Amino acid sequence: MKAIINRRDFLKAGTVTAVGAAILPHVLSGCTTGPAKIGGDMTIHDYLEHFGVTEQMIQQIIAEGLSKGGDYCDVFFQHSIGNYIGLEDNAVNRAYSDISFGVGIRVLKGDQTGYSFSEEVSLEAMKSAARTAANIANSSATVEPVAFESPKLPNYYKINTAWEEVSINEKIPYLQQVNEKVFALDGRIIKSNVWFNDETSYVLFANSEGRMTCDYQPMAQLSVSVTAEQNGQKEQNYFDYSGRRGIEFFTPEAINTLATEAVKRTVSLFDAVKPKAGELPVVLAAGSSGILLHEAIGHGMEADFNRKETSIFSDKIGKKVAKDFVSIVDDATNENIRGSINVDDEGNDTEKTYLVAGGTMESYLHDRISAKHYGVKPTGNGRRESFRHMPMPRMRNTYMENGPHKKEEIIESVKYGVYAESFSNGQVMIGAGDFTFYVKSGYLIENGKLTRPIKDINIIGNGPKVLADIEMVADDLKMAEGGWTCGKNGQGVPVSQGLPTVKVSKITVGGVNA
Amino acid sequence: MNNKERQELAMWAVEFAKKKGASEVAASIDNSRSSEVEIREQKIEVIKESTTNGLNLNIYRDHKYSGHTTNNLNKKDLEKFITEAVEATKYLTADEFRALPDASLYPTDLNKDLKLEDKSYNTVAPEQKIQIAKEIEQIALSKSDKIITATGGFWDSYSESVLVHSNGLVADRSSTFFGASGSVTVRDGDARPSGGDWAGGRFFENVPSAEQIGANAAENAIRKMGQAKIDSGKYDMLIENRTASRLLYMFMRPMSARSLQQKSSYLDGMLGKQIASPLLTMIDDPFIAGGFGSRLYDGQGIAAKKRVMIEKGVLKEYYIDNYYGKKLGMTPNGGSSSNIRFELGSRGFDEIVKDVKSGIFVTSFNGGNSNSTTGDFSFGVSGFLVEGGKIVKPVNEMNISGNAKEFWQQLAEMGNDPYKYSSWLSPTLVFNDIDFSGL
Repeated sequence: MKAIINRRDFLKAGTVTAVGAAILPHVLSGCTTGPAKIGGDMTIHDYLEHFGVTEQMIQQIIAEGLSKGGDYCDVFFQHSIGNYIGLEDNAVNRAYSDISFGVGIRVLKGDQTGYSFSEEVSLEAMKSAARTAANIANSSATVEPVAFESPKLPNYYKINTAWEEVSINEKIPYLQQVNEKVFALDGRIIKSNVWFNDETSYVLFANSEGRMTCDYQPMAQLSVSVTAEQNGQKEQNYFDYSGRRGIEFFTPEAINTLATEAVKRTVSLFDAVKPKAGELPVVLAAGSSGILLHEAIGHGMEADFNRKETSIFSDKIGKKVAKDFVSIVDDATNENIRGSINVDDEGNDTEKTYLVAGGTMESYLHDRISAKHYGVKPTGNGRRESFRHMPMPRMRNTYMENGPHKKEEIIESVKYGVYAESFSNGQVMIGAGDFTFYVKSGYLIENGKLTRPIKDINIIGNGPKVLADIEMVADDLKMAEGGWTCGKNGQGVPVSQGLPTVKVSKITVGGVNA
Repeated sequence: MNNKERQELAMWAVEFAKKKGASEVAASIDNSRSSEVEIREQKIEVIKESTTNGLNLNIYRDHKYSGHTTNNLNKKDLEKFITEAVEATKYLTADEFRALPDASLYPTDLNKDLKLEDKSYNTVAPEQKIQIAKEIEQIALSKSDKIITATGGFWDSYSESVLVHSNGLVADRSSTFFGASGSVTVRDGDARPSGGDWAGGRFFENVPSAEQIGANAAENAIRKMGQAKIDSGKYDMLIENRTASRLLYMFMRPMSARSLQQKSSYLDGMLGKQIASPLLTMIDDPFIAGGFGSRLYDGQGIAAKKRVMIEKGVLKEYYIDNYYGKKLGMTPNGGSSSNIRFELGSRGFDEIVKDVKSGIFVTSFNGGNSNSTTGDFSFGVSGFLVEGGKIVKPVNEMNISGNAKEFWQQLAEMGNDPYKYSSWLSPTLVFNDIDFSGL
């Protein structure tokens, strides 16, 4: 059982389908009816119209889903539009778009799941999918139609302009500006690749308990990868901004920082060395180092693993696992952050959930099935990649709250160790608790000072041991700026993470042996 | 829709896009049906069935290029979709290298049977699949009282696709796949290590017995009990055949035309030079009957060919796709791998291990990455300590690190035991003096 997290998922996939491309000058609807409205102000009525369905049709689908004796049924309509534009060799010479439309139907019988989906929203096609999902149960039943109620939801991702209203020619200058800036910053730069992608997802959800919700989910990412050459040596690195943002986020300052960071992180690698192999003190820089939490504890606290007793944290609730100043949360409510959700993908309200409070294990991350299993309220962590997938407990934005120390005193406390700053990917074995993350750049710490840069080393630790070995936590919490995608059982969902500067007394660092 | 109807729709899409102003067009339409079942405690934990459709359109408009996908194949909606896609393309910068592959690169014989489709796909009953998954769980559970939980699984898929290019390619293919799996978690003090196994192939008959999968899954978990990290140092390294592709895969990015053109390949300028031990001969072979990566043409419509990529350690070929090939002035030969096989050694794992005085037998990778520009790599590993030719104890939570330029020269032996459930048919590999980090 393992789970992974990746930056740059679209590059790894290397295909068009991993991302979309909002390249079109006009609204690209791709669905039968065409949206009457777009953006975040739509009502449930607008969503029903958007998907070309009525409450009565949904009642009929649910009745079909429960016709074999299932306990519960939900339907998840989704229409997503993705756009991607790329600059290479100084020209914006590629664009991709992706449209996906359909409905997922799930039937539960106790802990058991039947799932099917349809890419057509005709009543006949949807009822046929519902009959397939219904097969998880094997008796027969007739259900009375339930009346739907729609709760008022918060909006954690207000944006000024819907992405469907931003044309390709408005986006192109952003890529050109980043590219020009990169080459202007350092004469050693030989290649620059810039990508702009945005995605919009419209979701309508209804279940057999009468709850109906809708959500408009925007996402944007601007990335730059840079290659530099010095005396025949080449180095490459990367920086990106991602979040549930509108185009207004990409200000001249943001463009400037994006280019500056990418260049700085690349040219510093010319002098990089590898640390000594073995267990070393590791200081994690504030920001995307939250990958430590995602791997060391986050996945292990997803309640599906615990329900099946396959996680190393399966019997740890209520137990002291870290020092008093360690509090770790998984939060859906951070404004415009990549992992935020107004409602989860099974219609549950979302919240800020404490995994660890004051050093004590507080709560698992629940979906509907696990919350029922444990007899607790769902935490709003039921998420899925798309209508083609069934929901599972997944993280949102995972971070550590501020602690009592200062960044400077943390670095000063290390005689020989590693300061890890930027990362590309991580992974965890849920049951054994072994987790890893790959450091793209950072520094050696020698006698309390940051000295030579380091690059391309893997760090491997054990979740519960590393939690207990967190020795110092600073007061400078920062959320990751980039686009992280978490993979579990073949499903990718957008997440984020954050960390103040943190010192772990020892973790095994990849390196060279004398 | 069947492949013939898909072909007609793709040809219509190509013509429609040209009518709207595209100079050249490639259209592919895919359909995939799949089912999966997972069993736990002899009950169905999850059952899922799905059918997905997709149209992928590549548009070249006066050397301006864009790509588009949709799962809505309704003709009326496609008209709007294609019109907008062609329209949007004009805002991009023209690039003289953006064009369909030269028609001379397309396959001429599309009738060769690669044994990729089980014609009896529909005759395998759902009850039969559920039964296999149940048996896998049962067998796994019977292997040890330390097992906390086990699952058995079965999945299958039927995929069809057509590809139409406006300069003369019309092709289609179909394939099937069946797989079964087991996973096991054991109690080991505070930890709960897990292990698993899966196997399958293009035909239902390729799925081995539930006994084999259940027993392997249990063994893979049980053998991890008591695992711990050991001292850092340089060790000889044996890699289990089924995990070796993780290392071999490091060749893929630096061997790609894109990496060469974008100056991010440590193998740039190395054609004809020694990049690995003379023991390494790596062959890209698209024509293996029933192979996981077998094909007559690739995603760009370029005819598949058997190619020796690395011969006795000398780099012989790069993976050259259509666009970057044109940009580099090199003839495209297909930009991705098919099946990868190797010139084999003379011994299997059991023989090889006898000669290892002090080494680590790596059976699984945990995270890590490699840098295609510089060759640097670092991976998390777990496996077993080998001393005096015998497996002594399980190890985990360790890293290996190095640089590909030296690493492949340290290859000391190729086994004779290629792993068959992958498109990477790697045997056991042995390396000398690898940097391990642990305690």
